[in-house]
Amino acid sequence: MNTVDLQHVAEEEQQRQQQLNLRLFLCYSTPCLSAGAERVKNALDGLCDELDEEQRPTLEIVATGCMGPCSRGPLLRLARCDEPEEIYEKVTPEMACNIVRAALAAQSAAAEPLPSDFPFFACQTLIALENNGRIDPEQIIHSIARGAYSSLGHVLHEMTPEQVCNEITRSGLRGRGGGGYPTGVKWELVRKAQAERKYVVANGDEGDPGAYMDRTIMESDPHRVLEGMAIAGYACGAEQGYIYVRGEYPLAAARLAKAIKDAERRGLLGSRVLDSSFNFRIDLRVGAGAFVCGEETALMTSIMGRRGQPVPRPPYPAQRGLWGFPTLINNVETFASVAPIMREGAEWFAGFGTEKSKGTKVFALCGEVVNSGLIEVQMGTSLRDIVFAIGGGLPDGGTFKAAQTGGPSGGCIPADHLDTPVDYESLQALGSIMGSGGLIVMNETSCMPDVAKFFMEFCMDESCGKCVPCRVGTIEMLELLTRITDGSAMDEDLQTLEDLCHLVQETSLCGLGMTAPNPVLNTLHYFRDEYLAHIRDNRCPAGVCRLDQVPLLKLPEHAEQLTIFKEEH
Amino acid sequence: MSVITLTINGELVSARSGQSLLEAIRDQGISLPTLCYLDGLSTRGGCRLCLVEISGQARLQPACTTTAGEGMVVVTHNDKINRYRKMILELTFAERNHTCAVCVSNEHCELQTLAAELGMDHVRYDYLNPQLGIDISHEKYGVDHNRCILCLRCVRVCDEVEGAHTWDVRHRGIASRVITDLNRPWGESESCTECGKCVEVCPTGALFDKGMSVGEMKKKTNFLRRILDGREKNQWNR
Repeated sequence: MNTVDLQHVAEEEQQRQQQLNLRLFLCYSTPCLSAGAERVKNALDGLCDELDEEQRPTLEIVATGCMGPCSRGPLLRLARCDEPEEIYEKVTPEMACNIVRAALAAQSAAAEPLPSDFPFFACQTLIALENNGRIDPEQIIHSIARGAYSSLGHVLHEMTPEQVCNEITRSGLRGRGGGGYPTGVKWELVRKAQAERKYVVANGDEGDPGAYMDRTIMESDPHRVLEGMAIAGYACGAEQGYIYVRGEYPLAAARLAKAIKDAERRGLLGSRVLDSSFNFRIDLRVGAGAFVCGEETALMTSIMGRRGQPVPRPPYPAQRGLWGFPTLINNVETFASVAPIMREGAEWFAGFGTEKSKGTKVFALCGEVVNSGLIEVQMGTSLRDIVFAIGGGLPDGGTFKAAQTGGPSGGCIPADHLDTPVDYESLQALGSIMGSGGLIVMNETSCMPDVAKFFMEFCMDESCGKCVPCRVGTIEMLELLTRITDGSAMDEDLQTLEDLCHLVQETSLCGLGMTAPNPVLNTLHYFRDEYLAHIRDNRCPAGVCRLDQVPLLKLPEHAEQLTIFKEEH
Repeated sequence: MSVITLTINGELVSARSGQSLLEAIRDQGISLPTLCYLDGLSTRGGCRLCLVEISGQARLQPACTTTAGEGMVVVTHNDKINRYRKMILELTFAERNHTCAVCVSNEHCELQTLAAELGMDHVRYDYLNPQLGIDISHEKYGVDHNRCILCLRCVRVCDEVEGAHTWDVRHRGIASRVITDLNRPWGESESCTECGKCVEVCPTGALFDKGMSVGEMKKKTNFLRRILDGREKNQWNR
């Protein structure tokens, strides 16, 4: 297939879609499936079969990827020719049939669609997620109709690798996995490296609790990621790419595997991509369930089939990566932003966001918000807008206490800083990080030492065990936090905890250990009084910790009573 | 062989190019504590004791995995680094059951010696006191996980020098253990050649010759250099 064929196929499919009278987009991603999307699909299929010969060809049901407001699922989007789209929330099989029957009869349905200016959608800027909810991820033709691989074709035939790197640099795109390293600089480093072979790796090992941005992108628009990787391969001079998917994401892996096969069959990947002299193969690697494999060096050892443990940097992957060759490693979301940049131009992308953080960022908004789900906002959007406009505020009249960003490597942003623009630098200044994009909203019933303990337990469990500070430090920090939350801590323990946090932060080998103390240090900074209330007054202000159940042996006076008790008997 | 110059603790010194920073520092007679590093084995950077400050680098870097570079300005000891080394050693002690008084390697133990050298006289963290087993199924040797510090010298020497790869690690994080042959008892291992290199390189009393009593297990690690040098000179080929 060459670029002309590609365009031809896209136009044909677009025409076919325009001729349809009614297109039904049913969100078929994991959250909606668990809310009953499959039953809705079956009901709609049944309805379709009942239709007469005339009506059936004018109707299409598309099982799409994530549409966003996951807490309102299953979602059904109705697209009729010449009429604005309508989205229905919490659709049941009966409701769906009624809606479709009404639409076919050109009547108004009994169910109310979401208002067209619903702030959840109105406040978002979709770039990486633009195709989500509009295509069937398992049908390459749908992606092609929405422009997939056209950027690749343009890049291969009209641009030199140097120009591609320049374009990415000018767009100001930064690593979306959390580090925020300028993507263009990284590409340029790999491009300039002299080596017999080079590799491109997409990091889809997303392990932060509550985060599912990467999963959704891989599940809802796999071709977008593949296209981004192929463009990167051309720009850096790599002919082999690996996409590393977390073991807990079997659906994402299956869809990617199908997408790779489909793309190869059509000559969009593999040898002589789009009739150019560029060859690019992508292989899928599935992780075995270790959080640390999201760290780039550990991920690479895992791809090479070894125990997934990090190795010291430098040398950086751009110098020595997979099998010792220069390797470009970017997050899935970063790759998903590449094709639109090449299509619309660097200036267009740089027009979004703030001075240092360009473009948009996908967040998984969850916790105590009315509308939880997947959102994509411009960098620099204030936390207040995200939580209250898009998220719709806290349910049941709850008060906002803090927002946790960055998962176990991040921290909590208190209510005083609600107007902070969300970008890399501002979050870092507050002691948190952008992270991969998990955003957990907490109300006044969340106890901060308890939250810190939760994340520490996670890090302790996920530590690979290679270096001492992380392996032993995390369990010792957890021990201290447990003592604080069960009421048996003393003032000195807080000092020991802080010292240990600094040690682990500064001496650990990889990012996991370096950032593991962040949730503790950050909550200690903003909510120190809560820690002190636990330690000095034996009181949990949020009412979460059961401080009255102090294990007997942990307090000296109890121990004394215990001896007396023993003597009496 | 080309020579580079770098500054270590304020003194201008020379080193061979390609040398590791740790070797360059030790060549100057400066003592730098290490536990996982062993001359002759690949470097690992896991014990974090040889961390040094290098100008222009935001973080402390392990000297063993860093290559000495021209014009590097390195500080090996200062208050912060000394404090951190002590804390890391305390963590190592807190992790398992290091009871010197009943250990076969008492007074011949690298961990014990380092604690004395760094002046670590108490552990501020909770002892984890894990309940770990001992495997004495092997005819000649035994492994006591209570004394293992996971330096993985045994794993590396078995793989890199002996070529048997009997040793490996199971689980992760705090649950990590060294294992023989997919976690079968050492005595049943089919890959073990009974060479005993792992025992000799073990810095503590975790690996020992059977029949040794308290304080009797002395280890010699210099054999490794002799083997490797001999290999390089083809001394072992007939």
